[in-house]
Parts: sequence; C-alpha cells; structure tokens
Amino acid sequence: MIKVRNLHKYYGDHHLFKGISLDVKKGEVVVLIGPSGSGKSSLLRCINGLENFQGGEIDVDGIALHSISRPKPSSADMEAIRQVRLRVGMVFQQFNLFPHMTVLENIIEAPVKVLGVPRDKAVEDAISFLSRINMATKADASPENLSGGQQQRVAIARALAMKPEAMLFDEPTASLDPEMVGEVLSVIKDEI
Amino acid sequence: MTTSILETVWQPLRLSIQVSLISTILVAFTGTALGYVLSRKDFFAKDVIDAIVTLPMVLPPTVTGYYLMLVLGRHGFLGEVVYNWTGWTIAFTWQAAAVASFVVSFPLMAKTARAAMDSVNPELEKASLLLGKGEIETVLKVTLPLAWRGLLAGVVLSFARGIGEFGATLMLAGNIPGKTATMPIAIYSATQSGDYPLANYLVIILTILSLSVIYATIRLSKRG
Repeated sequence: MIKVRNLHKYYGDHHLFKGISLDVKKGEVVVLIGPSGSGKSSLLRCINGLENFQGGEIDVDGIALHSISRPKPSSADMEAIRQVRLRVGMVFQQFNLFPHMTVLENIIEAPVKVLGVPRDKAVEDAISFLSRINMATKADASPENLSGGQQQRVAIARALAMKPEAMLFDEPTASLDPEMVGEVLSVIKDEI
Repeated sequence: MTTSILETVWQPLRLSIQVSLISTILVAFTGTALGYVLSRKDFFAKDVIDAIVTLPMVLPPTVTGYYLMLVLGRHGFLGEVVYNWTGWTIAFTWQAAAVASFVVSFPLMAKTARAAMDSVNPELEKASLLLGKGEIETVLKVTLPLAWRGLLAGVVLSFARGIGEFGATLMLAGNIPGKTATMPIAIYSATQSGDYPLANYLVIILTILSLSVIYATIRLSKRG
C-alpha cells in the first residue's frame, strides 16, 4: 500500500533522512517510534505530499511521488499529490478542525465538495458515525465548545468520511489530557 | 441650509462616495490577493514587491500623484499610448480620482489582508488540502472565512483612506467642480475662496463620515 524507497530529505544543511525505506501492506498497522526531531512527522508529511523530499521515491497505492527539486511542482506532481491525498487520511496532534464550521460541517464538507457525495447521504453517514462514537448530540456544536478528546474524535470522523485506503496518525493523543487518551484510542481501534 | 448649499455639498459628497466605492471594490479584491501571496508564498523579490506596495503609505500623496501623472497623464508613458489609440485620457476625469484613491488605499488593504492571513493557522489549510481540496478552494473555504474580520477592517480602512484622499487626486484629476472635485478638494477650494460656511458643512460631513467608519472598524475588531 505504501512503499518508501531510499528517501533523502534535507532541512537546509541538515540531512534528516539518509536513504530510508519502508513497506506498509494494506491492513497493516505500523508504529513509528523515535525521539523528538527524529523525523516521524516529516516522514508522514512526505507520504501525503505536505513536504518535499530531495531523493528517493514514495509509492502510495500505485501512485508515485518523486523528489521535487524545483521550487514549483509541476501540474503532474500536484495531481499525483492530490490523488495520494484522496487515498490517505491524516489526523493531526492539534486536531485542526475548521473553527468556523460545526462538527457536522467539518465532516461532510470534503465528501460533498471533493467526492461529490450527495449532501443528504453525507449527513446521514456523518450522523451514523457520530452516533457510533457517542457524539451525535454534538453534530451542531462548534469545535471550540468540545473537549480535546471530542475534537480529536471528530477529526478522525472527518478523515474517515473520505473513505481513505490508509490513515496516518501524527501523535493523535499527545496533546490530550490522560483521561481523554482512552476514548480516542478506542475510536481508532474500533473504527480503523 | 439653503437648496443651493445642499446641491454644492451634495456634488462633492456624491463624487467622493462614488470614487471611494469603486476604488474600494477594486482594492478589496487585489489587496486581498496580494495579501495572500505575501502571507503564504515565498518567491524571489518578495521583499522588494512588499516595499514598493508600501511606498504610497510613506510618500507624500503629491509625489504619488506625480508618479501617476508620469504614467497615466496624456504624455505619460502609458497614458500617451492610450490617448493615441483611443483619443481619451484618464487625466482630469473622475476615473483619475478613482485611480488615485486606489493607489493610496491599496497598501492599507494589502497590509491588513496579509496580517489577517498571517493570523490564520496554516495547519488548517494543510488539513483542507489533505482532504483533497485544491488551493483556491482552500483559500475560499478556510483562509478567507477565518480572516474575514481583518479583511473587513482593511476594506473599511481603505474606504476611509480613499474618501479622504487629496494630494494624488489633485495632481492626476485636478479640481473640476462636479467632475473631479471630491470632498477634500472642495474643502480646499471653499477655504481658498473664503466660502467658510460651505467649508464648515463639508468638514463636518467628512468628519462624521470618517468617524463613523473608524467607529465601525473598532466595533468589528472587538467582536468575537
């Protein structure tokens, strides 16, 4: 599903990735462990095209992302990145829910606008998912009125609403109070 | 206030509002676009462009007006081409007043828009991109809605700056009553000719208008 080959990445003069390779099969769960600054988040961001890399190749479900040395990616590069993003969902440490939208709008926005799912169907799916994670009553709430754990559960729902082939979690419980970690981990365990 | 004074006051007031509205509409779009580029993109000569855009804020408006004359005047390097082609020149028309108003208020909008967009968390835009949206859709659906308060403040300030514009307008559009004499120019003319009652009316109206705009900006910035 995800193949990383001989990946090289620099931050200025700092050579962060010195030819790393990785294989992740469909359905497999892989955990990246390492000290702060070792490149865990950077690797995830290379896989979904949020960051460029200077050498090697990343293949996601048959779509190849190449190293981009020029300042502006070509339209072919951008289309490959877009296709990868349609197949790979991501959950951030800081949730990153859109604060100007309700919980429901956060979840249905992309399926309706990007995938072309009819709005009624997207709402039905979103409510069904929110019910499974005990958040149906919060559908019309603003993200700022939710706890950290609730926001992260909505962020997971938002990513899963795009029906991705793979999910990337970038320290999804790192900014949560200890008592909220369990509820988020159980959603990840039950729904992924 | 007699009917003739009402008419004399209304002409420059109408012209000022017309000129400021048109320049504000143009400034809102172009200033927001440049604000986004300066906030989110890195490119060669970005600082130079930023400096040039800021220039009308620090130059005396007469200097800005002089540059506009050199470019758009009948013998200006662009104005002459247009005149030879169409027989029309923008100099000494109400459109010239709108151009002058646009140029002096553009830096305010671009700077305010940049600050407003700098305040939007870029991670939210990345979250939008990762959901498969394109850059333009992300700007329209995420960046602009989250920056709207700052953008609106920029629009209001630009309108206020445009309506108070004097020097550049006088240089490029001149002082033709009913045609290019906006409120500030009409006040100058009334004072020069000793028509203090008219000057008083115009000053009071312009002060109330500007105060209302500033008050609206303060209220907007306090909201939420």
